[in-house]
Amino acid sequence: MNPWIARLRQLREYPSAVVGLVIIAFLIGLSIYSVIAIPYSQALELWRGGEQWKMHPQSARPAWVNLFSASKLPSTIIVDSRTAKVEEEAFEGGRRLTIPLAFDYAYGEFPSEINLFLRAGYEDREPFIRMSWHTPDGREIPMGGHRISRDHRVSISQDWTLERRLGMATHVGLLAMPDVEPPTVLPGRYELRIDAILFEEAATLDADLVTYGRVHGLAGTDHQRRDLMVALLWGTPVALAFGLIAAVGTTITTLIIAAFGVWFGGWIDAAIQRITEVNMILPMLPILVMIGTLYSTSIWLMLSVVVALGIFSAGIKMYRAMLLPIRESAYIEAARAYGAGHSRIVMRYMIPRILPVLIPGFVTLIPSFVFLEASLAVLGLGDPVLPTWGKVLNDAQTQSALYNGYYYWVLEPAALLMLTGLGFAMLGFALDRIFNPRLRAM
Amino acid sequence: MSPWIEHTLPVPVMSSAQQAAIPAPASGWLKDARRVAVFAALRLFALFVTVLIGVYLAILIANMGGRVDDLRMVQIRLSSVDAVREDPAFQAMNDAERNELIERRVQLEVERLRLDQPFILRSFDYLYQAMRLNLGRAEHLHSDSGAREVYSIIVERLPATLLLFGTANLLVFFVSIFVALSLSRRYGSALDRTVIGLAPTSAAPGWFYGIFLILIFAFLLPVLPPGGMVKAPPPEGTIEYALDVLRHMILPVAAMFLSSIFISIYSWRTFFLIHSSEDYVEMARAKGLPSGLVERRYILRPTLSPIITSFALMLIGLWGGAIILEQVFNWPGLGTLMFRAIGLRDTPVIIASVVIFAYLLAVTVFLLDILYAILDPRVRLQGAGR
Repeated sequence: MNPWIARLRQLREYPSAVVGLVIIAFLIGLSIYSVIAIPYSQALELWRGGEQWKMHPQSARPAWVNLFSASKLPSTIIVDSRTAKVEEEAFEGGRRLTIPLAFDYAYGEFPSEINLFLRAGYEDREPFIRMSWHTPDGREIPMGGHRISRDHRVSISQDWTLERRLGMATHVGLLAMPDVEPPTVLPGRYELRIDAILFEEAATLDADLVTYGRVHGLAGTDHQRRDLMVALLWGTPVALAFGLIAAVGTTITTLIIAAFGVWFGGWIDAAIQRITEVNMILPMLPILVMIGTLYSTSIWLMLSVVVALGIFSAGIKMYRAMLLPIRESAYIEAARAYGAGHSRIVMRYMIPRILPVLIPGFVTLIPSFVFLEASLAVLGLGDPVLPTWGKVLNDAQTQSALYNGYYYWVLEPAALLMLTGLGFAMLGFALDRIFNPRLRAM
Repeated sequence: MSPWIEHTLPVPVMSSAQQAAIPAPASGWLKDARRVAVFAALRLFALFVTVLIGVYLAILIANMGGRVDDLRMVQIRLSSVDAVREDPAFQAMNDAERNELIERRVQLEVERLRLDQPFILRSFDYLYQAMRLNLGRAEHLHSDSGAREVYSIIVERLPATLLLFGTANLLVFFVSIFVALSLSRRYGSALDRTVIGLAPTSAAPGWFYGIFLILIFAFLLPVLPPGGMVKAPPPEGTIEYALDVLRHMILPVAAMFLSSIFISIYSWRTFFLIHSSEDYVEMARAKGLPSGLVERRYILRPTLSPIITSFALMLIGLWGGAIILEQVFNWPGLGTLMFRAIGLRDTPVIIASVVIFAYLLAVTVFLLDILYAILDPRVRLQGAGR
């Protein structure tokens, strides 16, 4: 049997390797799921943000935080006029509608915002609405009137007149018990009554009352109301692809170049050494940052630059230091004596000899490139359109998420990054013990 | 000390007393010294050419092969147009006159910055100036004292970076080597297994741990500052100042230490384990030599050249990975400077950082070559023959 396969079988004996493999399998599964569940174009579209997220709360925590706290944070409540009992009254040349948008509010915390979205269908004359807020204890708070365009938004939370009248933020004042300090939620059934006058026979009016919660979904949302789940899911295939391609691209070429340089010596070795020294003088991260600011932050451009700069990296010096003594070994001389060719000696005798020592390096290289991508994104040089973990971290940093107490915003992408790092590293360290025969002998 | 070292020590290191003690004939020693001198001169020349190429490449990249000039031209034109439009003295002019004035101003500015010459010509001039460490003036950035000299901007930031990264890296380097040696002695013990089990945590870079440390120690448990180098306003006395800097250093140093200590211990432990199973080490043990002596003379001594290599690489790395950690901790060092320079497209500052980096690297590589020649006879023979 192939000795490599036999060694791979030994992996089962190492619990850390099994854990690492499970994590990697989970990440691969997550990637496949993301790519299938949210097609590429749709993911980009979603991440671009904008109107499509208007019914989502801003900077909402993930829903599972409610499991850990005594007072339950509210979820978003959307009341659609199409499910409400609309009273209709026709008059000469138009109709009068009474739309009661009622919802039960049982949370101990106030919502984060209240908005009303209206869609009107009309020919020439805009419908007019008058709103009033009815609390469970029977108070009625008038909220003024609006002329409704085709796609209309009434930002109740930004109604400064109402806010001044209530003496506190609108979404707090509307749901608070009267005259209680500090403001406390009055639980019960609330109703926003819309009295609408449509000036045309065929005119229509639909309304959505959105009481934005403070929690949303499994991942929460960011400052642009985007569901973080999109970025967390799509970040997985992006991170894995970036890490793998970069690690394979650099390690293998570097190792082969170093080995050939050591074997042939002379001007070839000297040339490789000089190129490496020139390359080492060029600081990698600043160059990436420069290219990102001046050209494009496309992730594939970054990847090619990383691989191109990584080929003649400091690794060559390290490999050379390891290979130089091996070149003089007796067994290489023996191989030469039996007539082995140059490439046979390099590929079969020299490279395999240092491969075991390199395996932990190689496997930890994969997550280090994943983190490099995240680092660039944290510096604000993430791919302009792709949702990645690093971009979530960058948004969190620019919005001072830690300072504002939005810990989930930092912790979620960080946890996924850490999981990726741990998965590959644990597998790598177990592989090291297997592929390093001298370690095994002890 | 083995005889070959005395044989090839570079000239300046030898005192006259040592020279007298060498029994070898003077003519042979002189020949050797000459060979070493020629070797060193050749290496110096090669390194100089290396630095030249590296700096030139950096100039090309920083100017994006002349692309930055196009951006600059647009900027010059825009600012001239604005200046002329806003100046009440030119209000009375008609369009033709005003356009002519704008053209003249643009021309003057272009000549002042020598943008009318081809980029290739200017790039060699930049190279010449850069190699003479004549780093020029920054276009946008200035030092805290207000100077526009790139040299003073960099010199002002250098100590902060060296202090932070020097402390962290030296700590990691020495702690990991000593821990690794002691672990390789206690191979398979519970402590060994724990440290090795923790090695995968090093997959994350320093800034990543930095975020967590800031979260825990600056926000959840507010005992340490979340960033910066000293508190504002800075404390009065020197001792208070130093203590405050130390306090601000704890988190970034801890972040770097956490992120690299375990992998470092792991690699060195593997390395020492492999070398401690060499036949000559077994032989030394079989002779009954004390384990301290075995470690010093039979394990550390032959592995010195890779250790030195990695130490030198670490010194070089001091400059490299600073940008993000400094950003996260708001540390006023070179990384933050470089990031700001790149953001403002301040090419003189970018090139200057690369130039200084190149010089530091060249010096390190040169010292490394000499050290290699001293430490490893096999490399010395090959190196001398080149």
